[in-house]
Amino acid sequence: MSEVIVITSGKGGVGKTTTSANVGTGLAKLGYSVVLIDTDIGLRNLDVVLGLENRIVYNLVDVVEGNCRIKQALIKDKRYDKLFLLPSAQTRDKTSVTPEQMKKLTDELREEFDYVLLDCPAGIEQGFKNAIAGADRALVVTTPEVAAIRDADRIIGLLEANEIGRTDLIVNRLRMDMVKRGDMMSTDDVVDILAVNLIGVVPDDEHIVVSTNQGEPLVGDDSLAGKAYMNICRRVIGEEVPMLDLNVSEGFFAKLGKLFKKN
Amino acid sequence: MGLFDMFKKNKASGSVAKDRLKLVLVSDRAGCSPEIMEALKNEIIQVISKYMEIDTDNLNIQITQTESDTGNGFVPAICANIPIKDVKNRSKI
Repeated sequence: MSEVIVITSGKGGVGKTTTSANVGTGLAKLGYSVVLIDTDIGLRNLDVVLGLENRIVYNLVDVVEGNCRIKQALIKDKRYDKLFLLPSAQTRDKTSVTPEQMKKLTDELREEFDYVLLDCPAGIEQGFKNAIAGADRALVVTTPEVAAIRDADRIIGLLEANEIGRTDLIVNRLRMDMVKRGDMMSTDDVVDILAVNLIGVVPDDEHIVVSTNQGEPLVGDDSLAGKAYMNICRRVIGEEVPMLDLNVSEGFFAKLGKLFKKN
Repeated sequence: MGLFDMFKKNKASGSVAKDRLKLVLVSDRAGCSPEIMEALKNEIIQVISKYMEIDTDNLNIQITQTESDTGNGFVPAICANIPIKDVKNRSKI
């Protein structure tokens, strides 16, 4: 049974696109067929995060307007042949597509794929309405900051109002060192405030920047963020996975290095 | 200066953030826009002004959380702090 999942946040810059790329890639890694749709028309980004920017011929708007068939616009991933991207249009705007057209598109894609993931633009306007139109469930991404959480709360309310079946929360860019000294809200604080099911916590990890630079999602590798994203994928498919311990002690050399830096 | 700073105990910013957020979300969730709050405030001023003279510059009306009397935890409430300047002569009423 296939599922259409929208990845959304309200606020920009909290990691929707990174999360979309990693969850999509992770699900493909687990053996599922996945199509990622970049619904951020005018601000195309998912293609570069996946490293597929040089292969775009047709885009979402072309498909919706009937300039090409869906299959022609789908770009196959470099590493996983069950992973596809439907890129967004860069030179158009959000009004080029309607929620009804998006619903029709996702319904067609769910016939072919196990998972249809929609990378939602920031905001609560037309782009958001388009992205959630055909979705069965949502992953709401937030960071432990007041502005991001406030926007996430608004988004959760809108998802409920639009009868999206299930909403799960991803707390992104958590810094355990700051949480420990009380200078950052903890995951418990965020969940307490938003009162929604937590599906994963992703630590603030330099490896994310490196992986985005290279255009290769890090899901499933040995980094903390890579493990966290893989756990999220497993929970998405319904497995029970314990929360990752983000309190990994630093290696001997890292500690030694810090000692010398301080003095 | 540095020595004194060490003893100064500031509230951790994480819990400050949480408290601020809770307040913001209460009014967000109540769906009260600043315009509605302003209209509400003005009408309350009008009504109370019929009976007493109030300090309209220093009054404060906001949606906040308060512990419920029936013990269901915290519930949203409108909190109004309206300083009275002078109670009007009752014999007129």
